[in-house]
Amino acid sequence: MLIRHAPRYRSSEITPEAVYLSRRAFMAGAAALTLLPGEADAAPPPPVDRLPPLKAAPHPTYRHTDPVTKIESAVTYNNFYEFGVDKEDPSRNAGTLRPRPWNVVVEGLVRKPKTFDIDELLKIAPLEERIYSLRCVEGWSMIIPWIGVPLSALLKRVEPTGNAKYVEFYTLVDPEQMPAQKKGLFSWSSLDWPYVEGLRLDEAQHPLTLLTAGMYGRVLPNQNGAPVRVVIPWKYGFKSAKSIVKIRLVADEPKTAWNKAQPNEYGFYSNVNPTVPHPRWSQATERRIGEFRRRETKMFNGYGEVASLYSGMDLKKFI
Amino acid sequence: MTRRTRIAVKVAVWTACLTPLALLGWRAVSDDLTANPIDFITDWLGRWTMRLLLASLALTPVRILTGWGWPIAFRRLLGLFAFFHGTLHFGVWIVVDHYFAWARMGEDILKRPYITVGVTALVLMVPLALTSTAGMIRRLGGRNWNRLHRLVYVTAVLAVLHFMWLAKTGRIEQYLYALIVAVVLGVRVAAAARRMVARSSPRGPRTGPPDPRTLGEVEGTSASPRTRGAPRAID
Repeated sequence: MLIRHAPRYRSSEITPEAVYLSRRAFMAGAAALTLLPGEADAAPPPPVDRLPPLKAAPHPTYRHTDPVTKIESAVTYNNFYEFGVDKEDPSRNAGTLRPRPWNVVVEGLVRKPKTFDIDELLKIAPLEERIYSLRCVEGWSMIIPWIGVPLSALLKRVEPTGNAKYVEFYTLVDPEQMPAQKKGLFSWSSLDWPYVEGLRLDEAQHPLTLLTAGMYGRVLPNQNGAPVRVVIPWKYGFKSAKSIVKIRLVADEPKTAWNKAQPNEYGFYSNVNPTVPHPRWSQATERRIGEFRRRETKMFNGYGEVASLYSGMDLKKFI
Repeated sequence: MTRRTRIAVKVAVWTACLTPLALLGWRAVSDDLTANPIDFITDWLGRWTMRLLLASLALTPVRILTGWGWPIAFRRLLGLFAFFHGTLHFGVWIVVDHYFAWARMGEDILKRPYITVGVTALVLMVPLALTSTAGMIRRLGGRNWNRLHRLVYVTAVLAVLHFMWLAKTGRIEQYLYALIVAVVLGVRVAAAARRMVARSSPRGPRTGPPDPRTLGEVEGTSASPRTRGAPRAID
C-alpha cells in the first residue's frame, strides 16, 4: 500500500519553518495579485460615442489604403501603463483622467517658450484627418484615422534655437488621475514616471509627425492619450507619447521611458524594421487587429519617405 | 475515504480542470476575447498549462508537509490536463497564430529563447503522457518509471523560464510561478536530503518514530522493491 495516512504529529514537527515562511510569501503574493495599485479607484472612461465631434479636413495623401480598424478595437486594446499593464486596463480605468482644462508647456531651447491651453494649441494650424498604420512593438497593428496638426507647426511657433537637437515629450504625472502611477507593493516592476519620449528635431519636424487631438471624428478618448498626444507612424507605437503636458527642446538625446526600463530591448530610434528582431521575438510579421493571417511588416511601417532622415546610419546599430 | 467521497472529489477535480476551457468557450460565445483573440487564447491556454502543471507538482509537497496522501491520486490527471492545455497552446500557435508557416516557426524555435524553452518543456511532457497508463507503468517498472517522470521537474523550470522571458514589464505573475516552482521542488529536495541523512545515520529511523515525510513517498524506500514508485490514480 503506497498511499497511507500519516500518524498524528504536531504541525511544528511536520513543517520546516523555511517552507512555512515561503508559504506565507506565496500567500502574500497571491493576495497582492488582486490588490494591484489603482484597482480600487478604477473608473471607466466615457463611452466613445458620447465624446465631442472634432471637425477636420481629410488629408489628401496621408490616407492608408487598408480598411480602418474597428473603433471598438482601437479604444479597448491599448498600452497605456499609467492606467494598468493589461491591454483592457486603460479602457476600464481611464475615467479618472480629466482632459479639460489642460495646459501644454513648450520650453527649453526655444526663443518663444509658451504655455498653451489645449484649445489654443489646436488652433495653430487647420486640423487634418490622416489615416495611419500604427505598428506596436509587440507585433500587432491597427489602421487609425487620427485628427491633429503637424507638430512642425508648433515647433515653428516657438522657434527652436540653433542648439536644439532633440524634442522631449512628457506625459502627465498625477496618481489621482492616473491610478497605476500610485506607489504600491509592485510599483518597482513598472516604468518610471513621468513617461518621457523623444525624437530627433528633424524627426519631430517631419510632415508625417502629427500632434494629435482626435480619432474617428471625435476628440481623443482618455485611454488613447487625451487630450493631446503625438503619432509618429514609422516608429513603434510606444514612441508616440500620450496625454502630453510638456514638450521640451534639448541638446542631448533624451532618456526615454522604455529605453531606461530595458535599454537592450528598446532603443531611442525604434523605427519599425522587420530586419531587426526584438531581442525576444521577431519583428518580421505583424497581426493586423481584426485579421486572421499575419502580414509581413514593412520597413518604416511602409513610410519609406522617412528613409532620408537616416541616410548614412546603420539601422541595425541605431535601433 | 468512502467510495462516495472519492467520487465527489473526482467530479470536483474534473470540473475544476475543465473550467478554464469552459470559461474560454463562454468568453468566445459572448465576444469577450479582446481585440486580439488569437493572442488572448494563446495566453489563456499557456497560463492554464502552467497552473495545472504547478498543481500536479504541488501534490507531493502537500503530502510531505501534511501527510495527506490521497491528493497524490490526482497527480496523473492534473499532469495529463496540463499536457492537454499545453498541446492546445502549441496547436493554436502553429495553426492559428502562424498558420503553418513552418520556416518562420522553425526560425522562432531556434532563435527565440522563450520559444525554444517553451517547445522543449512541452516535448519533454510527451514521454510522460505516453507512459501514464497503468500498463506502461507495469512495463517500465516503478523505478524506471519514476526516473523518467522526473523530467517533469525540467519541464516546470523551462515553463517558468518561458513565462519569465515573454512577460511584459510591469507584470508580476511570472515571479509567483517561479516562487511556487522553487517551493514545490525545494520541499522535495529537502525531504530527499532528510531521507539520505536518516539512512546514513547509524541510529537511523528505526529508533525514532516513522518520518511522516517519507510515508507513501513514491521515491521512498518504504515501498516493496517490485512495485516501488508505481503511482496509483483514481482518475
